[in-house]
Amino acid sequence: MGSTQAEKILAAHAGLDEVRAGQFIDAQVDLVLSNDITAPIAIREFERLGVKGLFDPERVVMVADHFAPNKDIKSAEQCLTMRRFAHQQRMPYHYDVGRMGIEHVLLPEQGLVVPGDVVVGADSHTCTYGALGAFATGMGSTDIAVAMATGRIWMRVPETMRFEYHGALKPWVGGKDLILHTIGLIGVSGARYKAMEFGGPTIEALPMADRFTMANMAIEAGAKTGLFAVDEETRAYVETRARRPYSVYQSDPDAQYAQVIEVDASQIEPQVAFPHLPENVRPVSQAGEVQVDQAVIGSCTNGRLADLRLAAEVLQGRQVHPDVRCIVIPGSQQVYLDALREGLVETFITAGAAVSTPTCGPCLGGHMGVLAAGERAVSTTNRNFRGRMGHPESEVYLTNPAVAAASAVAGRIVGPEEVMS
Amino acid sequence: MTHGGKAWKYGDNVDTDVIIPARYLNVSTAQELALHCLEDLDPGFAQAVQPGDVIVAGENFGCGSSREHAPLAIKGAEVRAVVARSFARIFYRNAINVGLPILESPAAAEAVQSGHELEIDLEAGRIRNLTTGETYQAEPYPPFMMDIINAGGLVPYTRQKLESEG
Repeated sequence: MGSTQAEKILAAHAGLDEVRAGQFIDAQVDLVLSNDITAPIAIREFERLGVKGLFDPERVVMVADHFAPNKDIKSAEQCLTMRRFAHQQRMPYHYDVGRMGIEHVLLPEQGLVVPGDVVVGADSHTCTYGALGAFATGMGSTDIAVAMATGRIWMRVPETMRFEYHGALKPWVGGKDLILHTIGLIGVSGARYKAMEFGGPTIEALPMADRFTMANMAIEAGAKTGLFAVDEETRAYVETRARRPYSVYQSDPDAQYAQVIEVDASQIEPQVAFPHLPENVRPVSQAGEVQVDQAVIGSCTNGRLADLRLAAEVLQGRQVHPDVRCIVIPGSQQVYLDALREGLVETFITAGAAVSTPTCGPCLGGHMGVLAAGERAVSTTNRNFRGRMGHPESEVYLTNPAVAAASAVAGRIVGPEEVMS
Repeated sequence: MTHGGKAWKYGDNVDTDVIIPARYLNVSTAQELALHCLEDLDPGFAQAVQPGDVIVAGENFGCGSSREHAPLAIKGAEVRAVVARSFARIFYRNAINVGLPILESPAAAEAVQSGHELEIDLEAGRIRNLTTGETYQAEPYPPFMMDIINAGGLVPYTRQKLESEG
């Protein structure tokens, strides 16, 4: 019997010839991540463990991205706790304001995650790195503290659900729409405790940015990770970036899947996830009349250069609606610089949008775009839970960057074609 | 050992953003977080909850972010246990790691109503409904997880392991 990609990566990290879904293993980790919200607890628990130092300072990454640049005094203290620890432990990969980016945009871009890795992060969207063929999953701070100290973590080998996408995508449809559609199909707990594996002809033709977006939202279906096969596209992305040699693990043709779901991608329209769950999806043509007060373009889901290009294509020569605040947040300093050099930042500013330094900020209602009671945002982020972006009576609608940009222009949720004709 | 407490019943997909909204993530102690526990789902909860009370919910409890602040907030509110049809996986790990008792019981999730008196026997995984006289059996923990629970959480468990390895 063959093995899935997830089983192969985990077997290699557990020092076993093979592992099977359901088995508990003690696995070696390649990289351990935390941020300004989760690191303070991880550091507290790390200190309770009574160990002298990190298992390997080069394998522990901390990024000040959630409430940074510091939004208030308490947040400043959390960043300070993290900064002091990073200095004390001589961590080369502590990313602070001016060099940081949103962690899941930053780490792949910096070549810190490579195919075949096991990565654990105290952030649920750590699953993003599945786009590179890495087994990456979110955990809490205490698990991360143990991984920081020992370089090991316990895991239950997950069953894998395979998703096969066929057909050419319609205009303005990308990874965000594929994953929202998929979450709509199986629900927010449809892949609970499982690995999602994305494949098929549509995926083979899908650019890296879209793959990151899809893997990023695997957690919104309850999954432990979301995996892609390593192909030429992946190799081209990794070759110039990887700081370590990497290994490629692919699913065997006779691997055992919990389920295989076929998706006709040619029929998918740009999707909108209505409040208050990512599974509440509708095609944009059936969104009805939804006026918006704010449009957020960015995040670990859609803050890459390709995402900003899509938004700029829509905003080029147009104006953000007078009743809408449009906030564009490049996912890293490099994305920001590239967007500046390509003229995208000028397009945004000319259109009447605010362009911010990288931060998770508004996605989780932290800062840089918190909503008041009764306000609505269209957003390229990943969650639309009650109160996610601010007041519990506010609403978030999740879309791809082109739809968010078009909605910013129209003042209501619309597809790009509606404003570009 | 058994304990009694009042049930607080909620629905499916109680997410970590309603368990502890991100605006309170600039603090990290259980006591501070408990003041805002479940604030965006049930604004009266944090004020009214009594030590030993039990949260009962449907499917996928704790879905969303990896914030350990969520089980910490519930633990800080001195909730005896969370009983649900199912738990989201990161929340499940976090609860075990920080020593918040959680029990998976579809039968209890179905039958228990807000205000019912519940008595929980953690070791036996049994939930007794003193109001209706029913008893529900929860899913047993895998043995290896029981070791973490018995050690008092992942940190003491790992300390013991590191010490025994020398």
